[in-house]
Amino acid sequence: MTDAETAVATAFRQEWGNVVATLIRMTGNWDLAEECAQDAFATALSRWPTDGVPDRPGAWLTTTARNRALDRLRRSKTEAAKLQEVAALSVPDDPASQDDSGVFDDRLRLIFTCCHPALALEARVALTLRTLTGLTTAEIGRAFLVPEATMAKRLTRAKHKIRDAAIPYRVPPAHLLPERTVGVIAVLYLLFNEGYSASAGDDVLRPGLTAEAIRLGRLLARLMPDEPEVTGVLALMLLQDARSAARLDEAGELVTLEDQDRSRWDAAKIAEGISLLEGALRRQRPGPYQLQAAIAACHAEASVAAETDWPQIARLYAELQRRVPTPVVALNRAVAVAMADGPAAGLALVDDLAAGGQLASYYLLPATRADLLRRLDRREDAAASYRRALELVATEPERRYLSKRLAEVGG
Amino acid sequence: MRYLLLMCGQEDPEDAPAHDDADEPCWMPWAREMQARGVLLVEGAQLQPIRTATTVRNADGEVLVSDGPFAETKEQILGYDVIDCADLDEAIYAASRHPVALAGGVVEVRPILASV
Repeated sequence: MTDAETAVATAFRQEWGNVVATLIRMTGNWDLAEECAQDAFATALSRWPTDGVPDRPGAWLTTTARNRALDRLRRSKTEAAKLQEVAALSVPDDPASQDDSGVFDDRLRLIFTCCHPALALEARVALTLRTLTGLTTAEIGRAFLVPEATMAKRLTRAKHKIRDAAIPYRVPPAHLLPERTVGVIAVLYLLFNEGYSASAGDDVLRPGLTAEAIRLGRLLARLMPDEPEVTGVLALMLLQDARSAARLDEAGELVTLEDQDRSRWDAAKIAEGISLLEGALRRQRPGPYQLQAAIAACHAEASVAAETDWPQIARLYAELQRRVPTPVVALNRAVAVAMADGPAAGLALVDDLAAGGQLASYYLLPATRADLLRRLDRREDAAASYRRALELVATEPERRYLSKRLAEVGG
Repeated sequence: MRYLLLMCGQEDPEDAPAHDDADEPCWMPWAREMQARGVLLVEGAQLQPIRTATTVRNADGEVLVSDGPFAETKEQILGYDVIDCADLDEAIYAASRHPVALAGGVVEVRPILASV
């Protein structure tokens, strides 16, 4: 790549979301905004090699995209409508156009609008990726294992709903902000998990969703520095992502946390995650993401598995379960209790959960039960539970792991 | 922007819509709250019970009339309101505060296509 091409590629990574977000605010038209942003980057690709890279690439791109939008509106509209829209577009950026919450960044407006609860969850995720990170429709489709045409339809439907139902393009006012922020965080973390679990699957084509989620997390944390849960989810993603290189062995087999080669963990990411988490916790407004990050930090701080502070992890899970009383959290707590107080204590909690019946089709329930039974040396019971888990498991590496364990207990 | 709020819920098996004789109907506080927020109530009404519903189709000129609502579901349309407000967030708020929603019913919010 030439220097100019590299500059365009860098600007694309850094500025795409900004240009789209600004153009949506100016035109109120999501399709037009995307098309004009694309045009602006194409223009940069042809002009920067000869004209040189502008001092402020973002401003250059936004202006170019806006001029393109003006052109297109002038050409396509009837006189009356044209004058109105062009007049609106010609007004220089008004810094006073504001939200009740006092935040001005267009990208923040864009994130909140993409993550509006009136959109389907899958549409929220796709729209966030398309408009903020610039992943193409084809790439997003590949990431979620749906054909490009299906993804295109999903994105179009979401954009049309925003327009037709008048979903406001703004950061929600203060009284809505807490619940909407939780919604945005949930989308980011879902994105991250989609990428994270895929990295253990057998499809290597899925693009770096974890990296995109972390990038969006950084953006959100920069835009909302006073929200400890936002910082918390970023810390959580970094701490989990730090372990990714050690999660699979050379043969592509899943390696449990206990058996991972901890020298392969990413020390820089761990340090950053812990430092972010400490900053968030100092605000004294703990929440589910900070608690999960604290649990991840306990693992990250143990240089060998035996040094893991399981009593602390069990306490954190108890607090998490109090706030998020879901069966999956309860199952994780049971594992921590088993490590802190012995497998029998953990098994009692798992059996309570199984009796509740809520996790009947979740393979990790019998898998966990099997593991505890194995450690209690109840080999036949363990084998039966491994077999049950194998009936429910979805991904290949996990299937192979369970088969290996089943063989160990003589099943 | 205009929205239709469709109030859905299970019909009172005792049938008769509550023509309550209280000093003010149960939706009045809602109406006042909406007015104070700048949400305009264009119109609205509670409907007669499902047993009064008639469904009409026109199959190539042949008018087919049948007794009952168009969809046999547990939840039925009990009433509607048309509101005029700034955006979907306001409409969602209006729906969430409606007496039907507060009583455990469901409110469907539908933007109304602007007349040309």
